[in-house]
Amino acid sequence: MLRLEGIDGGYGAVQVLRGLTFAAAAGQVTCVMGRNGAGKTTMLRAIMGQVRVTAGRILLDGQPIQQLPAHEVPRHGIGYVPQGRRLFGPLSVAENIEVGLMTRHKGAATRERVLDLFPRLRERLDQRSSTLSGGEQQMLAIARALCLEPSVLLLDEPTEGLQPSMIALIRDTVLSLKAMGVAVVLVEQRVDAVLSVADRVAFVTGGTVAETCDASTLTPHSAQFARYVGV
Amino acid sequence: MRRDLALHLAVIAGLAVLSVLLPPYHHTNTARIMLLAVYAMGYNIAFGYTGLLSLGHALFFGAGMYATGLLMELGDWPAAVALPMGLLAGGAAAVAVGLLALRTAGVSFMIVTLMFAQAGYLLVMYFTAYTRGEEGFNLARAARAIGPLDLSSDGTRYAVALVLFAVALLGQLALVRSRFGRVMVAMRENEERSRMLGYDPFRVKLIALGVSGLYSGAAGAAYGVMFGYVGASFVATQFSILPLLWVLLGGAGTTLGPLLGAVLMFYLIDIASGYTTAHLAVIGVALLVLVLFAPRGLLGVVRERLVRWLP
Repeated sequence: MLRLEGIDGGYGAVQVLRGLTFAAAAGQVTCVMGRNGAGKTTMLRAIMGQVRVTAGRILLDGQPIQQLPAHEVPRHGIGYVPQGRRLFGPLSVAENIEVGLMTRHKGAATRERVLDLFPRLRERLDQRSSTLSGGEQQMLAIARALCLEPSVLLLDEPTEGLQPSMIALIRDTVLSLKAMGVAVVLVEQRVDAVLSVADRVAFVTGGTVAETCDASTLTPHSAQFARYVGV
Repeated sequence: MRRDLALHLAVIAGLAVLSVLLPPYHHTNTARIMLLAVYAMGYNIAFGYTGLLSLGHALFFGAGMYATGLLMELGDWPAAVALPMGLLAGGAAAVAVGLLALRTAGVSFMIVTLMFAQAGYLLVMYFTAYTRGEEGFNLARAARAIGPLDLSSDGTRYAVALVLFAVALLGQLALVRSRFGRVMVAMRENEERSRMLGYDPFRVKLIALGVSGLYSGAAGAAYGVMFGYVGASFVATQFSILPLLWVLLGGAGTTLGPLLGAVLMFYLIDIASGYTTAHLAVIGVALLVLVLFAPRGLLGVVRERLVRWLP
């Protein structure tokens, strides 16, 4: 279980997060929605230790992690796939995965499990990652994060700019991870994508979670989407 | 046998064959270039593979050279013992500099490393009683031997330089093909993303800089002993810039780029200086052309367009 309690934080003198409280449970997909600049990405970056947290607590299975150096956070089992993929371009698919495996000392079994989720990557192991298509790059970015065998996976707009077949594949992957007991936190702007995978939806505005709903209570026409996302 | 290993063994074999074919002038030059290439390989580990643009590597080269030279000159240490001390001195200097300099990045890192190298140069000048300042000192011919191997003789010098070069080259290949080598590249490509996979950038870069320092120290120690001279010019700023130019010319982040860059730059200077005293202007033009038409260096272009598997 990942829990954020009353988080304040931001970049230098600019405060972005204001008393943000949020929770993500194992085996659930918790979607985060909000307008541009609402603080969604900053929230993920705060969890990963990349944004200075000035107040509040971030708890992973009850243990505070907000004081950890940023590189220690993934070692505690939180995977992060940032917006824009950010692969190591000159490295091959296999080498990108290898880099993902090392910090938590994961080996061949983990590698095989990850590649089973993305058979297309298995076919391209020797290919330089910068030459993959956008969808394949996103798969690799997720695969690399999964090499940590995370208990919590943060995905920041993973379907942005992808074609429908790739979006469906990423959705299936998210559902597989949920079935494996991973707590998935998904920042997403598209209502249909959210409703197809989410268990819960947190609406962020002004650096705080204004409302959290069970996804089963939402429809594409729910007022929350218009109020917090503007769609 | 893997083709990348075969290529590197072929390069080493080629250099071994050259030792019997080259006339004396080029024979000596090639021995010198092989040692400079070891220095360039060290620079390449830091810059080409890890993305650390240092302007202070002369300090690590000089640490190796002066540690070995002073131990032999003042302490009467045998070369066989003083040479490994030079290697360690280069590594220790790099780690010491890295502990402070790696708290900075980019331009600040360049300036901090440059300042450290300048401090090293001033130390050499300050302790003139021991280092003989700008003038430097020669190592006695009799002392330049490892057991029966007379390092001052052309044939032995070439052979020992080749052995050191071969060890350094194969070591570099093993390093970049290792898991840690992938992490170095990951760090160069995207430090923040590497951190999000659980890597401590400071630790990774410190190790890379330390290995780079070991290479530089080994090259400096061997250069001093084999050519019998220890001097302040090897700690000067220019000697920090040279490996950067060699690596840029040959191809940063390629294992054979440092050798190619060192060979080309050495002979470009050698030939240009025969025609004009403004030979550095020729080098400048050559580098401008390189930056415009092959910004990844010669082997970088070869890898990009022709030989994808080139390490």
